[in-house]
Amino acid sequence: MSVTSHDPKNVDATTGTATTGHEWDGIRELNTPLPKWWLYIFYATIVWALGYWVVYPAIPLASSFTKGMINYSSRGEATADVEQLKLARAPMVNALAKASFEDIQKDPKLLTFARAQGKAAFGDNCAPCHGAGGGGSKAFPNLVDDDWLWGNGSLADIQATITHGIRSSDPDTRQGNMPAFGDGVLKPTEISAVADYVRSLSSLPVEQGADLNAGQKVFADNCVACHGENAKGNPELGAPNLTDQIWLYASDKATIVEGITKGRGGMMPNWGSRLDAGTIKALAVYVRTLGGGR
Amino acid sequence: MSLWNKHAIFEKNSILLLIGVLIVISIGGLVEVAPLFYLKSTIEHVEGVRPYTPLELAGRNIYVREGCYNCHSQMIRALRDEVERYGHYSLAAESMYDHPFQWGSKRNGPDLARLGNKYSDDWHRRHLENPRAVVPGSIMPAYPWLAKTELDLNHIDQHMKVLAIEGVPYTPEMIEKAASDAKAQGTDDDPGAADLVKRYPKAQARAFGEKGRLTEADALIAYLQHLGTQVDFKVYDDKANLR
Repeated sequence: MSVTSHDPKNVDATTGTATTGHEWDGIRELNTPLPKWWLYIFYATIVWALGYWVVYPAIPLASSFTKGMINYSSRGEATADVEQLKLARAPMVNALAKASFEDIQKDPKLLTFARAQGKAAFGDNCAPCHGAGGGGSKAFPNLVDDDWLWGNGSLADIQATITHGIRSSDPDTRQGNMPAFGDGVLKPTEISAVADYVRSLSSLPVEQGADLNAGQKVFADNCVACHGENAKGNPELGAPNLTDQIWLYASDKATIVEGITKGRGGMMPNWGSRLDAGTIKALAVYVRTLGGGR
Repeated sequence: MSLWNKHAIFEKNSILLLIGVLIVISIGGLVEVAPLFYLKSTIEHVEGVRPYTPLELAGRNIYVREGCYNCHSQMIRALRDEVERYGHYSLAAESMYDHPFQWGSKRNGPDLARLGNKYSDDWHRRHLENPRAVVPGSIMPAYPWLAKTELDLNHIDQHMKVLAIEGVPYTPEMIEKAASDAKAQGTDDDPGAADLVKRYPKAQARAFGEKGRLTEADALIAYLQHLGTQVDFKVYDDKANLR
């Protein structure tokens, strides 16, 4: 390529290769040409780039850009991929939407599908609060037992809770608050007495000298409306059963006193605004099969 | 001497080489970057996007201060699996008032672009206090001081002034009411909440933490509960906005 290579004084006698013409202290630099294979691949990539300009969106214009022959867009590709996924799932999703819980339990294929989809959705959405296996943690209910704060653990009840949430912004949300009895309703001594009484209901040891009769009176005057006369709770109001060994917060007296004084009201989001109905039903099936109904 | 040998001129004159390099890079930059600022199709206007409320902005500052972006991205890419897990892919408009944006480049933790309203305030409080208390396998550090530190609102109006210079449409009224708006948003049933929502549509106003005080955790939770909730994707037209 180099013109200088035709100049005999610029050709290295030993190798027969042209030099660059530079000379330092009698040492001349060889101008070895690029390997042919390398050079042709380089030219090929330039041709490839030209093809790219034609096929894909490439060149900016005054108010738009060239869209390319295949009209590609990454958003369009993602949208198409998601639609394809929905299409592939459609037969099972539609079958699941129509089936009752009894039908789902009888059909192993449907049950497997619902549990698999439910499990994946649970991991993405529910596990941060309820735990990876549904075991819950302090303030977030355990879902693997058969005790239910809201409803009776039927598929419809679980579905309603997931869709509308608890104390959420959804108009059909489950409502019901444990009021703050420390805001001038009960005196600290009364709160302490009723906390002892509540502990005695589930056979937990109470503090020495605790006045259980006084606690029972405070309970009868303030708590029975929601928790019931026998303290078994009310799943319509989310009022927990106080006679069992299951505690949403903790069973120690300090935690119970805190709950009575400041009130409680954990919030669960209304997933109906984020997840589609099919996913929610699969979630309900998954959660229902974790612990079972009441 | 053919054209091929003209490169010797550049090789022998370093200033000419420098000018040549500058010209080539400028052309590349002009062709690749400049069109993004004037092409109609790259500047999308999306219904519902508004500047941050003062409380959300204060929370965002804490997010940046604590380096949350080092492990959390706020960018759902247009890929099937990301849309499946996190929700609708992020739109450029959703971070148009972010200076600097928080897209991030690394996901040690999950993407947060659509975290808003996903979990309860209570969960966020417990999770910031000690992530292991709610997610046993979490590797996120604990941030217990956030709930103990009163939120400093002394400079939030100045911050809004600077953002206004950068192009965020904060009005003089918004800047003047910054501190009172922040307090109104972080309090249950505050009388100022109605005005706040007028200035910042769909702003969520409630006690994000303990009643009667406004902490850094409250501001951060207000910010997190706002993430990704501005655009209503039930009405957003995907097909009309392909690009």
